[in-house]
Amino acid sequence: MDKSRFFFEHYGLSERDLERYLAAALSAGGDYADLYFEYLSSTSLMVDESMVKSASQGISAGCGVRVVSGERTGYAYTDDLSSERILHAARTAALIASAPAKTPVAGFQKSAARSLYPVALPSVDAEITAKVELIMRADKAARAYDPRIKEVRASYADELRNILVVASDGTYAEDSQPLARMNVSCIAKTEGNSARGSAGGGGRVALDFFFGDKNPEFFAKEASRQALLQLDAREAPAGEMEVVLGPGWPGVLLHEAVGHGLEADFNRKKTSAFAGLVGKRVASERCTVVDNGTMPWRRGSLNVDDEGEPTQETVLIEKGILKGYLSDKLSARLMGIADTGNGRRESYEHIPMPRMTNTYMLAGEDNPEDIIRSVKHGVYAVNFGGGQVDITNGKFVFSASEAYMIEDGKVTAPIKGATLIGNGPDVLTRVSMVGNDLKLDEGVGTCGKDGQAVPVGVGIPTLKVDRLTVGGTARKDTGGFMQ
Amino acid sequence: MTIVTENQTATDLKSIAQDLVARAMKSGATAAECVIREGDEFSTLVRLGQIETLKESGSKSVGIRVFFGKRGASTYSSDFSREGLDRMVKSALELAKITSEDPFAGIPDADQLGQLTCNLDLYHEDVYSLPGPERIDYARRAEKAAMDFDARIKNSEGGSFDAATGCKVLANSHGFVGEYRRSYCSVAAVPIAQNDDGAMQRDYWYSVARTLKKLDPPEKVGKIAAERTLRRLGAKKAKTAQVPIVFDPMVSSSILEHIFEGVNGDSVYRGASFLAGKLGQKIAGDNVTVIDDGTMPGGFGTSPFDGEGIPTRRTIVVENGVLKSYLLNTYTAKKLGMQTTGNASRGLAGTPGIGPGNYFLQPGQKSPQELIGGIKEGLYVTEFLGHGVNLVTGDYSRGASGLWISGGELTYPVEEITVAGNLKQIFFNISEIANDLEFRGSVAAPTIRIDGLTVGGE
Repeated sequence: MDKSRFFFEHYGLSERDLERYLAAALSAGGDYADLYFEYLSSTSLMVDESMVKSASQGISAGCGVRVVSGERTGYAYTDDLSSERILHAARTAALIASAPAKTPVAGFQKSAARSLYPVALPSVDAEITAKVELIMRADKAARAYDPRIKEVRASYADELRNILVVASDGTYAEDSQPLARMNVSCIAKTEGNSARGSAGGGGRVALDFFFGDKNPEFFAKEASRQALLQLDAREAPAGEMEVVLGPGWPGVLLHEAVGHGLEADFNRKKTSAFAGLVGKRVASERCTVVDNGTMPWRRGSLNVDDEGEPTQETVLIEKGILKGYLSDKLSARLMGIADTGNGRRESYEHIPMPRMTNTYMLAGEDNPEDIIRSVKHGVYAVNFGGGQVDITNGKFVFSASEAYMIEDGKVTAPIKGATLIGNGPDVLTRVSMVGNDLKLDEGVGTCGKDGQAVPVGVGIPTLKVDRLTVGGTARKDTGGFMQ
Repeated sequence: MTIVTENQTATDLKSIAQDLVARAMKSGATAAECVIREGDEFSTLVRLGQIETLKESGSKSVGIRVFFGKRGASTYSSDFSREGLDRMVKSALELAKITSEDPFAGIPDADQLGQLTCNLDLYHEDVYSLPGPERIDYARRAEKAAMDFDARIKNSEGGSFDAATGCKVLANSHGFVGEYRRSYCSVAAVPIAQNDDGAMQRDYWYSVARTLKKLDPPEKVGKIAAERTLRRLGAKKAKTAQVPIVFDPMVSSSILEHIFEGVNGDSVYRGASFLAGKLGQKIAGDNVTVIDDGTMPGGFGTSPFDGEGIPTRRTIVVENGVLKSYLLNTYTAKKLGMQTTGNASRGLAGTPGIGPGNYFLQPGQKSPQELIGGIKEGLYVTEFLGHGVNLVTGDYSRGASGLWISGGELTYPVEEITVAGNLKQIFFNISEIANDLEFRGSVAAPTIRIDGLTVGGE
């Protein structure tokens, strides 16, 4: 089947129908209307105690109708794709406007075909036994890694999202977006002590991805290594100190510290600590940060965003200077800036808004070993759990799951997980060294905003931040005030 | 507006669920369970006096779980056409062939099934009774009250009004069938305050209820939101220190959630909980009693039966510091050789998880002011940032903001700090519990004081 004709073949839609729905959406006026059709099929499998305990598959389909009038947005959706229900949703969304009907532009402009994830066979359609094999292999590899690994859970999930976006401005885009991910989590136990470790990866890839380098054994070993390491971890320090972030997933720092604050909706409303800072210095000159939705196979990539706009590479910070924001159609129009193709939504039930894709810092010139060597007393954090930010006051956190002390230029003992907290608009001004080893994460990130979850990617080279607050429990060697 | 309130529709959903169970059994399944969820939502956001978004819609979805002996699998769909439902049942039966024989898998035994029959007061049609313009006005009034409260409130993320109703239907091959409806409405305000130096702070407040009659007036919500925002202005970092910490009720419930995760049967049987194997032992001070009660009329965590068709009940989880019970569903109960506590939570797909009923920390005698009054130097936490809690080891490290306590009084705001310790000690160090228990969701705790935590700052 020609995937680009998905909704026409499955639901008997015609271009004439789409025009009719858009006309209904603009029946009470409004500046703009769009329709987002989505058909999502997914699979999820889990092995626990070496048994495949959970297997599920599902389908969800629907259409969301949006009408924009000035700064107002009306939204309605239906999970029934009959003409009658879509027209009802369109008329409901139209209630936001109250003016004479408008007419959508005649004829759709189909967006140029692009193929960042050209899978021959989407993983959702692949043999389920091959997916079962993946998680069983992960279970086996983790248990074989060390006798102290006692509990192993391995999971695999994939989906295929077919979308069709049409809008009253002539936008017409279709895409078929695969996404697959596997995860291994395990618990290491010794007499009176236990610790956890986890690892995972994936992307907009076919099933064969997991039979290459990033195979079940790779993730199983990584999860097991982390769990064992944590068995010997000592108390993390508390207070401000030098922090070195390892390459890859620690890029969640950028996502929280600057990424969200640069989403255009917050800046249009002037609720972000970054509002009004374009052209100003927000980072040291070593820092260039981009958001790039065009990287092949990446979890955060998209051929088109959820408003039908092609994604792009957007420079957010260039040599320390703030260059611009991540925008969607609404904020681009209201702020008079370009649409960067960052309008995303969780599903047809949700209103799109500016979101990140793959956000990372370009490599610098420092040798990672030199960066470590430059630190007298600090923390080297190489793996993180999640993070969070308050975009208004700029405070952000991210939680280290694998970290070490650095003492006199050497990486020493592993320390317990600790939250790091800082201030978004100035943390990057304290970046004094940037490694030459840019790496992106393995493909596990999911970002939440206003209750909407979307897959994203992050990355950094090894970075040194001169001062960041580490949330441990141990007394600092020098200074500090203890009651 | 598409509000589905007719009982006719509900009955139809029950018969669809029973029919799907019957179809699975006819195709050779040895047990089957079907869940249907239907819901409608309305939401509006008003910002700076103007409507920003209006959203209204309804949706319906169905999931089925089937077993061939000890092998199970599940599928779900939003397609209720005959063809769509057939495909869903067929896929579940196919999928069950690839899962493992698990001696503990299955639906509950027939004699455990049942439901509360009293009126649980969960559904009020009035959440949708307001005409459109009045709903928008609720949102507008909440925001206006915040904006008008003080000249330093200069911006806003808006005022909002939301309403929703939902219906859940569950049927299984032991003949169980049940359904219940719940309603919900809320009003909120998110003001932004700004100092002369341009620094901004944002906070929020909301009221939530199952009926409009119990919803706080928007003006009250807006005013509290403004007060909470203003008190954050001019925040500075605190010094790294070990001081007593008072948890505002908005954050003390998170401590209770950690106990919930710790007694969650799924973590317990895997030994992935710091509370595994501690049944009958002291895990907290004598003053700590924690209860889970899924039967409280009107409660946010109330339902007549759990996600597997087990009647909900009241369970004492911790009594005077002693761990009395884990919270379990059928599977985890079997794994641990115990009985389910009626805490199964069932999504559309996958195996049932474990969820709270109305889960709370028994309040004490003192007022929150008395708790604060007893502290010379300390921290009053109003907000946590991030999720730095390791439930395997109990290690606890979170970003925080709040107010500094000096001489028994709240003084200046503090931010960009961390609070760290270990949950194993934290529960023993809950030195005082105030009397201000209020349910704003299914998990609730009064103001509490915890000693021995490390504040990380300058």
